Amino acid sequence: MEYKKEILRYAFAKSLPVLFGYLFLGIAFGILFQQAGYDAFWAAIASILCYGGSSQFALASLAGSHSSLALVALMTLFINARHIFYGISFVEDFKIMRQRPYMIFSLTDETYSVLNLCQKDEYLHLQNNKAMFWIALFDHSYWILGSVIGALAGQLIPFDFTGIDFSMTALFVVILVDRLSGGKEDKSGMLAAIAGLAVGAVCLFVFKPEGFILPAMVITVILLTVTSGRNKEAADHE
Amino acid sequence: MNKYVYIILAILISAAVTFLLRLVPFAIFSRKPMPARLQKLAKLLPSAIIAVLVIYCIRNAVFASVTELLVTLFSVGVVVGLHLWKRQTLLSIAGGTVVYMAALRIFL
Repeated sequence: MEYKKEILRYAFAKSLPVLFGYLFLGIAFGILFQQAGYDAFWAAIASILCYGGSSQFALASLAGSHSSLALVALMTLFINARHIFYGISFVEDFKIMRQRPYMIFSLTDETYSVLNLCQKDEYLHLQNNKAMFWIALFDHSYWILGSVIGALAGQLIPFDFTGIDFSMTALFVVILVDRLSGGKEDKSGMLAAIAGLAVGAVCLFVFKPEGFILPAMVITVILLTVTSGRNKEAADHE
Repeated sequence: MNKYVYIILAILISAAVTFLLRLVPFAIFSRKPMPARLQKLAKLLPSAIIAVLVIYCIRNAVFASVTELLVTLFSVGVVVGLHLWKRQTLLSIAGGTVVYMAALRIFL
């Protein structure tokens, strides 16, 4: 019990980079959501329940044009599909935590990155990974806070926020740059990213903006599955 | 459909899909370990998927006008440059977005 303050302080310190990122992005989302016709209350609900940064941007856009709920499901699926892989690193860690369902729920790009970064820290694992929970909770609250501020700002501040949705593009670019320039195995990651860009670009021209994401995702996954399998066979034969 | 009924449903659907996606590895691998080949794929796939998502974000700019495409690509370049330089997520995102919003007003 004596550790409680230290653990909180540690978790807060680790979550600071996310604080700034999520405030900015959350505000952008709040503004977009307000422009789509939903005020701070609804922005808060969305950020509490969905907790998907970029998928909420898409939600704002789809809600604004009153798109079909099936499209909402599909877009959320493709934008957040990468989250399938985040849990892989944390299956063991989350097993011993009381807050396991919440930890699974709140595994966003940022929380995943921070937890990944600190995974070797002893402090992170004290009291059944208590700090992991606090980091996740802090991150979530920054996002909710940003969304509310954004929606209110959109309502009260007479500023033309056109172009603020570029922050979502920027977020993905930043994630990609971090993934590709962080470690030693750059080459295959770089090839994977190039493959994604190539498949995406080709599909964009073949299927047009409205319908390209589904084929692009499917083809990318198939392509990577096939080529990563072939490489392993080549390695096995050496 | 009433817009509040709509948004409640949209939020619940989006939330459910997101949660189920995040749940997948825990549902599968809590009992048995993950095969090596899948581990390799798991490492590569996110980079490819995020690359597709970058294309998704700029999908409309590509077909809008040459100016808009150039402004977009330039702003992406600013984000990459800032991030490789300072490695500060907020700076990269905010800087790129400010440049984009300004360029949008200047050139279009």
